[in-house]
Amino acid sequence: MSAGPLIAAEGSGNGSARPLLAAESLSKWYGLRAACRDVSFELWPGEVLGVVGESGSGKTTLLQLLSGRLTPCGGRVFYHDGDDVVDVHAASEATRRGLARTQWGMVWQNPSDGLRLGASAGANIGERLMALGQRHYGNIRNTAVDWLRRVEIPEDRIDDPPAAFSGGMRQRLQIARNLVTAPRLVFMDEPTGGLDVSVQAKLLDLIRSLVARMNLAVVLVTHDLAVARLLAHRLMVMQGGRVVEQGLTDRVLDDPLHPYSQLLVSSVPRV
Amino acid sequence: MDESLMIRVEGLFKRFTLHVQGGAVIEALHDVDLAVGQGECVALHGPSGSGKSTLLRSLYANYQPSRGKILVRHGEGYVDMASSAPRLVLAVRRETMAYVSQFLRVIPRVSALNLVTEPLLDLGAGEREALDRAKSLLTRLNIPERLWGLAPATFSGGEQQRVNLARGFCACKPVLLLDEPTASLDAANRNVVVDLILEAKAQGQAVVGIFHDEPVRDAVADRLFHLEAA
Repeated sequence: MSAGPLIAAEGSGNGSARPLLAAESLSKWYGLRAACRDVSFELWPGEVLGVVGESGSGKTTLLQLLSGRLTPCGGRVFYHDGDDVVDVHAASEATRRGLARTQWGMVWQNPSDGLRLGASAGANIGERLMALGQRHYGNIRNTAVDWLRRVEIPEDRIDDPPAAFSGGMRQRLQIARNLVTAPRLVFMDEPTGGLDVSVQAKLLDLIRSLVARMNLAVVLVTHDLAVARLLAHRLMVMQGGRVVEQGLTDRVLDDPLHPYSQLLVSSVPRV
Repeated sequence: MDESLMIRVEGLFKRFTLHVQGGAVIEALHDVDLAVGQGECVALHGPSGSGKSTLLRSLYANYQPSRGKILVRHGEGYVDMASSAPRLVLAVRRETMAYVSQFLRVIPRVSALNLVTEPLLDLGAGEREALDRAKSLLTRLNIPERLWGLAPATFSGGEQQRVNLARGFCACKPVLLLDEPTASLDAANRNVVVDLILEAKAQGQAVVGIFHDEPVRDAVADRLFHLEAA
């Protein structure tokens, strides 16, 4: 075309020239059963990738492989840390832990997996800051107050332990605890899973606005297609450990091509 | 390619295979070619089932064509909406292309005003500018001020459609896709929408739409693009 070049996939977008996270042919076998087969993708800064599929499709295994909690049988995961490239599974345990504490966040379905239920809400938020070397008690407490406010937990609950919180408040505290260090990448495993629908709306709105404002990259595992529609820019549909379809979120949900994606979408009233 | 050309569709096919319904096949689009220039409004025309919605949704990359190209002018170049990576498609939607669906997709807890300002804020506009523009559009579209701060879940169908229109017109993107923009509106609001479309054209926006309402179509469309039922 004479009037202008055809823009290729990597030529435009919002600035950054390479992905934050890249998975190459990830596989995980348990005996003869494949929990994850030949999964490859790239995740860019600020991008939310939804991973959908029914229970047992390999979503959570994939999340654990990506975050270095599980070692794959085959394939690799690369994380771009500034100018450095970290091969997540070849890196030392100390490197992985360093990333997990500073640049990555992990939001679990069950908040008790991600919180210290006996410690105060303020301590739960402050812990990651202290791991980063902050020692000034007043600053840490101020930051904790600020984050309680952002996740809509009354400030006067700062000294209460999350054991005394409702499910929705615990989940919001888990978000605050993870985001206080301004990570670049957050893994979320069914973040709205055990919550009432009325409580979900508040959490979803919160996640949506924080993700956009902080330009977070997110890998979001969910079986709830409405949650995926609201939060994810693009989707991967998993079945039997394989990615059977991927693409723009609304395209996958409105025009699913693979038989399994069609079954998944047609099985819920309307999303 | 002529620089004023905003959309060029080449050899577009769309076949739906309904795997959950015994593999039934629907040929929705068959070898469609379409070109739309700056400041032009093209009305997709044809009987029910002729693929008007499918074509409009394909332009927005909401549907995946089976074959063919959808070239959209984006900045200095063209992007093929039928084959580009999600990241690039989202950049086109953010900067170049607005789509007004027939029904507003309500997001819990997000107010009408925030829905309308969002596309402008995503482009980096200041809060003040976005609010001013949003308020003037909501006012023109006769959404009472007392509703602006509320999430539109409880609004009437017509109110929701007008909020959706305000959102679509807010950022003045170079390409505007409209799916029956006046379907649930009364005569007064229909006229407002006609004015908005005419203003968009005058500013050089390329408009593609489905308009069942004949007077509206006659008022805004420069030409009809005929689709035949398969």
